[in-house]
Amino acid sequence: MRIDLNEIQHWIKQSSRILDLGCGDGTLLKFLIDTKHVDGYGLEIDAEQINLCIDKGLNVIEQNLDRGLGNFADNSFDTVLMTQALQTLHFPHKVLDEMLRVGKECIVTFPNFGHWKARYHLATHGRMPVSDLLPYEWYDTPNIHFCTFKDFEVLCRERNYKVINRQVVNEASGQLLKDVMPNLFGETAIYHLSK
Amino acid sequence: MPDVLPPDSVGIVTPQTLHFSEPLLLACGKTLNEYQLVCETYGQLNANKSNAVLICHALSGHHHAAGYHSMSDKRPGWWDSYIGPGKPIDTNKFFVVSLNNLGGCHGSTGPSSINPETGKPWGPDFPKLRVRDWVHSQARLADKLGINVWAAVIGGSLGGMQAMRWALEYPERVRHCAVIASALKLSAQNIAFNETARQAIISDPNFLDGRYQEHNTLPRHGLGVARMIGHITYLSDHDMGEKFGRDLRSGSFDIGSDEEVEFQIESYLRYQGGNFAKQFDANSYLLITKALDYFDLGREYGDDPIAAFKLAQAKFLVISFSTDWRFAPERSHEIVSALIGANKSVTYAEIESKSGHDAFLLPDERYQQVFGRYLAGIATE
Repeated sequence: MRIDLNEIQHWIKQSSRILDLGCGDGTLLKFLIDTKHVDGYGLEIDAEQINLCIDKGLNVIEQNLDRGLGNFADNSFDTVLMTQALQTLHFPHKVLDEMLRVGKECIVTFPNFGHWKARYHLATHGRMPVSDLLPYEWYDTPNIHFCTFKDFEVLCRERNYKVINRQVVNEASGQLLKDVMPNLFGETAIYHLSK
Repeated sequence: MPDVLPPDSVGIVTPQTLHFSEPLLLACGKTLNEYQLVCETYGQLNANKSNAVLICHALSGHHHAAGYHSMSDKRPGWWDSYIGPGKPIDTNKFFVVSLNNLGGCHGSTGPSSINPETGKPWGPDFPKLRVRDWVHSQARLADKLGINVWAAVIGGSLGGMQAMRWALEYPERVRHCAVIASALKLSAQNIAFNETARQAIISDPNFLDGRYQEHNTLPRHGLGVARMIGHITYLSDHDMGEKFGRDLRSGSFDIGSDEEVEFQIESYLRYQGGNFAKQFDANSYLLITKALDYFDLGREYGDDPIAAFKLAQAKFLVISFSTDWRFAPERSHEIVSALIGANKSVTYAEIESKSGHDAFLLPDERYQQVFGRYLAGIATE
């Protein structure tokens, strides 16, 4: 399982009600159902990913997050999750507001664009970074709203999101440095928020 | 007409007629003392009778959903793309039951049947039916077939309404409910289309207050126009444009030519209408469109579909089609939202399609994938 997904499980309570936005193939939701006995729904727009969720017997709903979460009632979930989807949204801040309306808490993970590799790529090549994690060219990428660890911190302050936990995780290298200088050495940021 | 039966066909099927002599109390307050239902079954009921699936048909449907009645049939049953060995409703795994609803005109008791009390056709005196009456009669059918719990109740359009009603009327008898291109209730525009179709029938001089059978005539023209109206709304603007465009069947616009011009779409619609009028009973059409109009899932639950769905024990699969404007994706969103509000299991897919409401009947790879994979998951339960 992807490293950010592995970290998230520690923040999920047993038997809680979960909404997973951009749930992909449902790996995380299935894992949480099996290990934490949660119940909930996953939202996804990609047809093949939806099929994989159906194969796992998950409650998957085809829904574009940019359309909002108007079909979900206030505080109707314990935790609303969104992993590696923030950067694909047209209006990330509006979706975050919606997540905190629908959920008592929310967990968001996103690629930290302040990571030294991204900075190095831009500084030396003068071109938008293309990496293993973000393998797209700028013109055909689904990732349209990049931010850094620091940017997100500012957004939380501006919109009065309470940060319960924040963390950066790396797949391999830079395990020590990331804790000292998260915005420079953290690959993936994980935020645990409440109102 | 197949020379040999396709390997994924259920093959040659024979309908069976079942008689029911226990009176059925209807929503309108009247009672139907006895009636018959005609049905087809495909596949084998397993030993613990846990693999039965009920197919609920839409406005113009009937019991013949899959396979052929004989090798000389031009076409297979109406949902043959989805029912058969290896198909989404896999007859290697499921025992599929498909019936002609009460009030229909393909063998089950309806307005064109003889009223035993008068010895004449029921005609307009046949009791008005609601969706729940169909569900109750289908439950009797299940009893007779020895099926206590359906693995799934499945329906498109009006059939989806029956599937949802099943989940509320007999919560313990439905494990899964597949609601395809359907709605919690019809919109005003939808009722308007139905009323226009009904007026076409009623204003046919041969309608004779619905007693046309007694006078050995049929309101063919009116029923044909009704079907033409319906047919327009089942297709998408795009599909109609692609299939027919402004192509002419005859005549020309040449200067100096006075020849009558006929567009392909005109000819097509007239053919469809005329063909339908040969096969369908006008009183059945009136009865069924009214049942459609009257359906409102939440009505008796304080107009709250969430409160209604709280009664359900089934898990739900909901599917809609992008260009369906008769039962638009928004109607399915309303179903899904109510199910989420009621904290029910639901899977929802919105299939990209060019074919309008008719898409629910037509082969489509993604639709087949979603439907088939969902049902494959429940076959092993």
